[in-house]
Amino acid sequence: ERAYKPVSYVDQMAIHFTLNGNMILKDSDEGRRQSIRLSTAAEKAPIETSAVTYEEEEIKDEESTGDTEVAGVEEAEGPGAAEAAEAAEAEEPPPPRVKEQKLANQFNFIERASRTLNNPMRERASQSEPTPCKTFSATANQWKIYDAYVEELQKMERSKEKEKPKAQIAKREEEKKKGRKLTTLELQSDDINKISKAAKIMERMVNQNTFDDIAQDFKYFEDASDEYRDQQGTLLPLWKFQYEKTKRLAVTAISWNPKYKDLFAVGYGSYDFMKQGQGMLLLYTMKNPSFPEYVFSSESGIMCLDFHNDHPYLVAVGFYDGNVAIYNLKKATSQPSYKSSAKSGKHTEPVWQVKWQKDDMDNNLNFFSVSSDGRIVSWTLVKNELVHTDVIKLSVEGTTMQGPEGLQLQTFGCGTSFDFHKKIDYLFLVGTEEGKIYKCSKCYSSQFLDVFEAHHMAVDSVSWNPYHLKVFISCSSDWTVKIWDHTIKTPMFIYDLNSAVGDVAWSPYSSTVFAAVTTDGKAHVFDLSINKYEALCTQLVVSKKKNKITHIQFNPVYPVVIIGDERGHVTSLKLSPNLRRMPKAKKGQEVKKGPEVEIAKLDKLLSLVREPESQA
Amino acid sequence: AEVEEILKRIQAHRGVIATMVINAEGIPIRTTLDNSTTVQYAGLLHQLTMKARSTVRDIDPQNDLTFLRIRSKKHEIMIIPGNISIKITIELYVL
Repeated sequence: ERAYKPVSYVDQMAIHFTLNGNMILKDSDEGRRQSIRLSTAAEKAPIETSAVTYEEEEIKDEESTGDTEVAGVEEAEGPGAAEAAEAAEAEEPPPPRVKEQKLANQFNFIERASRTLNNPMRERASQSEPTPCKTFSATANQWKIYDAYVEELQKMERSKEKEKPKAQIAKREEEKKKGRKLTTLELQSDDINKISKAAKIMERMVNQNTFDDIAQDFKYFEDASDEYRDQQGTLLPLWKFQYEKTKRLAVTAISWNPKYKDLFAVGYGSYDFMKQGQGMLLLYTMKNPSFPEYVFSSESGIMCLDFHNDHPYLVAVGFYDGNVAIYNLKKATSQPSYKSSAKSGKHTEPVWQVKWQKDDMDNNLNFFSVSSDGRIVSWTLVKNELVHTDVIKLSVEGTTMQGPEGLQLQTFGCGTSFDFHKKIDYLFLVGTEEGKIYKCSKCYSSQFLDVFEAHHMAVDSVSWNPYHLKVFISCSSDWTVKIWDHTIKTPMFIYDLNSAVGDVAWSPYSSTVFAAVTTDGKAHVFDLSINKYEALCTQLVVSKKKNKITHIQFNPVYPVVIIGDERGHVTSLKLSPNLRRMPKAKKGQEVKKGPEVEIAKLDKLLSLVREPESQA
Repeated sequence: AEVEEILKRIQAHRGVIATMVINAEGIPIRTTLDNSTTVQYAGLLHQLTMKARSTVRDIDPQNDLTFLRIRSKKHEIMIIPGNISIKITIELYVL
């Protein structure tokens, strides 16, 4: 609204003059065209009429100033342009057009090109750190592939095991911690410890070299002269085992390990009442004669020992002070795993023999011990403790004494050795210091089944025959060795050996062969099937004057006996073929082997002995 | 430790000249010989042991070398290979 509005007719308006003008706006198309035409015309025709030139100059001037003075020029130009236009039109056709502006359209093709700016090139590079390279060469052997597979398998097995006991997480963590501790300890410890196994093998190898001839003898030597000797045999000395710490101690017990046939245990102590010192338990192997495999020491002298048949790492030991103990070879300690004490009912006198029994009904290990205090005690391992049960008391018949205050005192016999029957579990024999042998049963605690008036002095050893169920042997300090049938009161065979007999042992391979050792240093080997009255071999094993033999044991597999003496030495000897004779095969007949043959052999002998007796 | 004792005993044994313990790379850990001889022995015997072991196991991968004895005119060399280390003893013997 704020603009002027043209009104064409007003009432009060009176028109005085009207003139139609012919002015063209300069900037309009027609105006421009005309101005361009005028300019070109002016250039070409400079000799124009004055009026025209004047007009043109005027126009020029106007043109030149035209841009600046639009309004005033328009007016002036208007008529001037009109005139010029007329003039120009008149002169139009003759002046050629000088400039013809090229107009670009689709009919006129113009090539156009443009160039892009080329960026300056610059090189840039970066280099990464080279990955560390290492030359590796290996041969893919068959065994390396095999090893890799085995490792994989073990890993899988381990992961399976870990999956199973998921409930015992806490326990496993503990074990893991222990395991980690162990591994760190292992890493810290010297590499030397890792070769312990290799070191042991090396020691044995070196020993084998040193004792090469003995080792060869042991394996291969068979005394050829036995053929000429006609029922006489020899004992070939093999290795001698000694340990410096046991030089002053006497060998009190020897036993072979039931599982490892070359391992044997030797107990050291002292038989002398006055000189009681410490004891030792050594385990030797025939493969290493220079050093024992295991060494255990104890305060009191060891008197006896026994390996457990099913657990060959358990050794039961009886001491001079009446205690018993169990050593566990699997554990590395040098102390016994379980030991009895005065509280738990130890003997009051030296324990002369211990023997393992079968596990009782609760699967507890148990063993028996016999001692000079007249008690035969059964020890049971219940929940890591030794519990004792008096099985039987050896009361000497007819010797009830009158004690103070009118009490009836029962004197007890002193048990020195015992042996359990191989087949009849409850039956066992006890030898005493008085020279009697009692046949007892585990079931009856106060009565003996039978009494044998065996010897005049203490019975040092009793032993059942490993094959024949009725026969046993006994030896005593009264210089005799006697063979009995337990159903008959009198002995079958009596041998007088001219010196106190320390120990007697049946051979494991024949029912008629046994060996005895006497205190004069001799070993006697008998074979009843060959010679009923004399020893096949009587050999001096140790020097007579200074040394006494204490024990003898047959190796269950090899034809070797080991003999222990008072100086702490253990000598091993090989039995010559004559001593090991098996029944000869008659032509065309097969040799029967096995325990039945042995039993039959002995039976025949016994019947021979009995017949003349019955006749007489 | 106990192992040290065993090594001492072996060394003290009649006829043993020297003992050596070598680790898995062939570097001697413990020896009773002088340095140059030890190094020489270690290098040579290590290679031999590896070759012997490789031979045994190639034939039957479940088998493994337990020990190796080399008897020569003057000496006998006994080698026990282990997983981690090897033990060598040189002994003099008189036939």
